[in-house]
Amino acid sequence: MASILTNLFDGVAYGMLLFVLACGLAVTLGLMNFVNLAHGAFAMAGGYICAVLVNQSGWPFFAALPLAFVGSAVIGIALERTLYRHLYSRSHLDQVLFSIGLVFMSVAAVDYIMGSSRVFIKLPAALEGQIDLFGVGIGRYRLMIVVICGLLTLALQLILAKTRFGSRLRAAVDDPRAAIGLGINVPQVFAFTFAFGCGLAGLGGALSAEILGLDPYFPLKFMIYFLIVVTVGGSSSITGPFFASLLLGIADVAGKYYVPKLGPFVIYTVMIVILLWRPNGLFGRTAAR
Amino acid sequence: MFNRRKVLLWGAASAALCGFCANVPARADDVVKIGLILPMTGGQASTGKQIDNAIKLYMQQNGDTVAGKKIEVILKDDAAVPDNTKRLAQELIVNDKVNFIAGFGVTPAALAAAKLATEAKIPEVVMAAGTSIITERSPYIVRTSFTLAQSSTIIGDWAVKNGIKKVATLTSDYAPGNDALTFFKQHFTAGGGEIVEEVKVPLANPDFAPFLQRMKDAKPDAMFVFVPAGQGGNFMKQFAERGLDKIGMKVIGPGDVMDDDLLNNMGDAALGAVTAHLYSAAHPSQMNKDFVAAYKKAFGNRPGFMAVSGYDGIHLIYEALKKTGGDTNGDKLIEAMKGMKWESPRGPISIDPETRDIVQNIYIRKVEKVDGELYNVEFATFEAVKDSGKTKK
Repeated sequence: MASILTNLFDGVAYGMLLFVLACGLAVTLGLMNFVNLAHGAFAMAGGYICAVLVNQSGWPFFAALPLAFVGSAVIGIALERTLYRHLYSRSHLDQVLFSIGLVFMSVAAVDYIMGSSRVFIKLPAALEGQIDLFGVGIGRYRLMIVVICGLLTLALQLILAKTRFGSRLRAAVDDPRAAIGLGINVPQVFAFTFAFGCGLAGLGGALSAEILGLDPYFPLKFMIYFLIVVTVGGSSSITGPFFASLLLGIADVAGKYYVPKLGPFVIYTVMIVILLWRPNGLFGRTAAR
Repeated sequence: MFNRRKVLLWGAASAALCGFCANVPARADDVVKIGLILPMTGGQASTGKQIDNAIKLYMQQNGDTVAGKKIEVILKDDAAVPDNTKRLAQELIVNDKVNFIAGFGVTPAALAAAKLATEAKIPEVVMAAGTSIITERSPYIVRTSFTLAQSSTIIGDWAVKNGIKKVATLTSDYAPGNDALTFFKQHFTAGGGEIVEEVKVPLANPDFAPFLQRMKDAKPDAMFVFVPAGQGGNFMKQFAERGLDKIGMKVIGPGDVMDDDLLNNMGDAALGAVTAHLYSAAHPSQMNKDFVAAYKKAFGNRPGFMAVSGYDGIHLIYEALKKTGGDTNGDKLIEAMKGMKWESPRGPISIDPETRDIVQNIYIRKVEKVDGELYNVEFATFEAVKDSGKTKK
């Protein structure tokens, strides 16, 4: 019983991590209709910013996390203004080619600057080990991930649904021309949203270094996971990717624990079954553009 | 164009010369070329960098002329993709007319070049790849690295003798991982040990959590682990996170996991892990101390077992050339390499004349803190271990 709960918890933590990493992609893909395969590169940037700050400049881990967010967001906005915005109106193939090119450039650049070996972030002692909760082993680091990611999800949902910016964004997405006509600065809204998505990826990258490992090939290795989350969740809201991440995280962990021989395939099986059942994802809009 | 003309001129000149002295071979060039094929980019890049560094260091220390010949190393990057390896090896042999091909970061790369070495009759010096079959694929293959059987059988023997009865295994699901598992199992169960749980982890595995939980629930005395070098750190961290170190579970395995290259970044989670391997940067010989110091000075970090394999590989090439008096005939070079013995930074090693594979001491080491840094400290030695994984006995 105890190990079922531990597994469930591990699955939730893993799913939450996937969500923070991938929800920026859900935003750019679903809301802005831009296929950004370079999303993982921003996550990697965040991871490396955090690693350099903590390991080389001696910053405390919790101070470096927001910086990972800000740093990735700044890189995101710089690239959005200089490169991405020229591709918004281009075909998806152009966007794919452009962003995959960016991935390879980021891989080579990080390999050149930081070296190809894995980087670890020195954690404060308070985050190491497990706590025992009624006989259930709960990893402290994973608990922190669940807390941070849970709060983030809540905040995101509130921003999108309740704030003025949220309604502007939804308006800009639904009908950019009408939104411009109503005086909404659509390019600005998109730039800000894009940067925010990159920032989230950066934060996810920093958080995932401990669990997924951080090396220059990060954007390539995890691209497939991000895409699975977005396809399964449907890319029109953030609740979709959120539940998809949780489902995939739990299925992946449970699959690896109970049927280790099939373990790695469980996540793909789940994806195929869900997509057969709902081709637009769990919460996808049936009439996608 | 200019080069081709120059070559033609030289050819004509040497042909003319040959009229006078029949003993001199037709292409009397004074350069020995080594085609070095390594993964310098991609996931295996650290292997390539270490070997390349070590070869540069050796040539700095020993000069670049042997038996009157100038040694020229041509480095090519195959990114550990066997198709690239094959193409590069072909180019090196046909266009650059190399006298040796060397390097080979992974087993498929070494195998891809094997046929070419046989056809061209030139030695292929394997400096990294570790599956047993490699040297059986061509009579021109010599290896200076190691085989997985060497370290995995030894750690199996050691574990049984040292009170470890029940072991759970966690190995990455690819050729070297399966090799490590098979050889360990053979020796461990033959000695009376029991495998209580066997888990194969996918190679591209993002999270060890569920596998580790399974290990924890199996309650073994120790865990046998083989994951690709880069994942070792993540593994050890998650091992400690789950508190497995606190309940007294030991980590054992072949030493690849605790590569010197990465060990220091793993953090204290790695402390106490017992592995069997060919080399530790903490090997207490004077020669190794000098080697480590020189390597650190030149490249800023400590050498791992890949570096020492490269260092010995180039040494073997130098010594073979000395023995043949600079003759670059492939058969003569291979003959010269067979049975060669020397003292390496890792300890005494030799080339098995039967299999052309390396014979070396395997050390049992434990991760300890020395001067604030993590090292594999050797505490037991199994001498002159041959590869037991050959299919032809």
